[in-house]
Amino acid sequence: MAPAGDDSQAKLEALLQERAQAAEKTVRPQRVRRECTQAKLAVFAALAIVLVVVAACASAVVPYDPYAQNLSQALQAPSLEHLSGTDRYGRDLLSRIIMGGQSSIFSTLELVAAITVVGTAVGLVAGWKGGWVDTLIMRVSDVFLAFPGLVFALAVAGVLGGGLQNAVIALAAISWPKYARIVRGLTLAQKNASYLQAARLSGCTTRQLLVRHVLPNIAGPVLVTAVLDIGTMLMELAGLSFLGLGAQPPLAEWGSMMSDNRNLLQTAPWTVVGPGIAIFITVVVFNLLGDTLRDWIDPEHRSTRTGGQGWFSRRSNRRLVGRAIAATEKGDADASASTRKEHV
Amino acid sequence: MRSYVVKRLLQLIPILIGITLLAYLMMYLAGGNAVEAMLENQGVAVSQEVIDARKHELGLDQPFIVQYLNWLGGVLTGDMGVSYISGKDVFQTFVSKLPATIVLTVLSVLLTIAISVPLGILAAVKRNRAVDYAIRALGFIGNSLPNFFVALLLIYVFAVRLGWLPVVSSAIGRTGLASLSLKGAILPTLTLGIAMSAKYTRQIRAAVLDELGKPYVEGARARGVPERTILVKNVLKSCLIMIVTLLALSIGDLLGGTAIVETIFQWDGVGKLAVDSITMRDYPLIEAYVVWMALIYVGVNLVADLLYHYLDPRLRLGGEA
Repeated sequence: MAPAGDDSQAKLEALLQERAQAAEKTVRPQRVRRECTQAKLAVFAALAIVLVVVAACASAVVPYDPYAQNLSQALQAPSLEHLSGTDRYGRDLLSRIIMGGQSSIFSTLELVAAITVVGTAVGLVAGWKGGWVDTLIMRVSDVFLAFPGLVFALAVAGVLGGGLQNAVIALAAISWPKYARIVRGLTLAQKNASYLQAARLSGCTTRQLLVRHVLPNIAGPVLVTAVLDIGTMLMELAGLSFLGLGAQPPLAEWGSMMSDNRNLLQTAPWTVVGPGIAIFITVVVFNLLGDTLRDWIDPEHRSTRTGGQGWFSRRSNRRLVGRAIAATEKGDADASASTRKEHV
Repeated sequence: MRSYVVKRLLQLIPILIGITLLAYLMMYLAGGNAVEAMLENQGVAVSQEVIDARKHELGLDQPFIVQYLNWLGGVLTGDMGVSYISGKDVFQTFVSKLPATIVLTVLSVLLTIAISVPLGILAAVKRNRAVDYAIRALGFIGNSLPNFFVALLLIYVFAVRLGWLPVVSSAIGRTGLASLSLKGAILPTLTLGIAMSAKYTRQIRAAVLDELGKPYVEGARARGVPERTILVKNVLKSCLIMIVTLLALSIGDLLGGTAIVETIFQWDGVGKLAVDSITMRDYPLIEAYVVWMALIYVGVNLVADLLYHYLDPRLRLGGEA
């Protein structure tokens, strides 16, 4: 009997190994894809960090003084001496672009950080409190979302007067409701999760519940939204500056530089194209970072992007997203009502 | 369907009140400066008495809510005061500039349809092949270019280098619609159309892919229905509802997003009017622009929403979304 036993043992082992290999085979593409996403994430994060660091140390890395005028060098085409050429005052354009990165990138980061924090706080309160607080906050955010495109930001910037800081305020005023809506939806989805009930039963205060449990669970999607917004906000901020409602010359800022050099398009196109390419590269880097971050945090999304469900992508119309969120919330509210009944 | 329409209209009421209140509040807070700016523009020596007298004359010393209601009545009857700069009627000025913006918007939406619908479908059908990657890459680039940069690049290539098209869209000495020409409309339309197409190609691709992944498509394939027939008769038909709605919504977005492009091309529409008024601190005009653009946007969105409900038989014949 012994050999037979050995034999069946060996067979069983072989079978198990085969199964394991088969499982490995189906798992591997996912794992490879995830490792690939991680590698991409590292590359794009590094690029973004390089941009931010260069912008932060702008005054140390610029080859020339970005504000020093030298009329004898005015409107030089790009050369080895001036890699991006010079503007009408003979200022080195590359230096101005690097210096402009400081104003453009940092005011954008400041803007995105502000609307993320404010929107998250407001959304958390709305989702957690519910009732009239929620209704009021959502109606107010509806009103802000009812202004199309830059209309409201234009008016706010106009009323406040020019200046980069005012442009940031104007854009923040119209952008926070989006975050409030997203966070509210996410909070509602978490509100009745069993882990929260467990935490509550074990004596967590509301503050602990929100900060320790809810916030970490909703941080992923919020972070992705924020990183993806950096590019859009950078372009909108530069747009306001382009219209003269943001940074004012002589401050080096990409949007106002392009506006300033607009009438040189015929004679010195590099004065316009240089800052434009700087905006483009920055937006591309942050958009790639955001896309990859989303794939990493939410691998499910990959399947929806390359097929599967969910026709609206991240840039889809605010209203449609809002409607979808509202629909899920409705479902959640119903579900929570029924669970509450069950518990009673 | 009817109950849905009623429900949507009722939902609009707080939003409309909110929009007008917010717009008014903003100008109210800027109010003091506004009177000063107006007086300065008229060359009156600014003293506190003069300002107070003028405020009284304009009813600016009344309680906020009274002022708001007075103003709201004015908005609804088209009486929004006169421009600080030109002295012309604000509402008339706004209305006279509106057609140019609508023309630009409609042209851009048409271009967007012409570009994004075929590309979106093509990308979905050829999913994960070279064509798909190329279209997605183009979309990504289009999404990462600010529209003023696109506008300047187009001007550089087609107006400065090739000299085919004018740099400035409007004819000198004319205003409003009369100043526009088809040739001058090409570059602004292209600028807006490129950005919109980048956005909508992606969405249309996702919608078609979503539809292609549904069980009925597999069922049709299993029954031997040719791929072409499935695509044209089933998939596109059901995507059409979504595409129509998206484009209707995009009209609202475009109306509010033309300010930069209109300014660059000197297109004599409301966007340029708004930027000019802001530069000259012409508050009544800014106010009219903000309120009316929001009202138009809300109206267009309402129509888009109802259209969506009307086009989808499931929603039209009873069930709610």
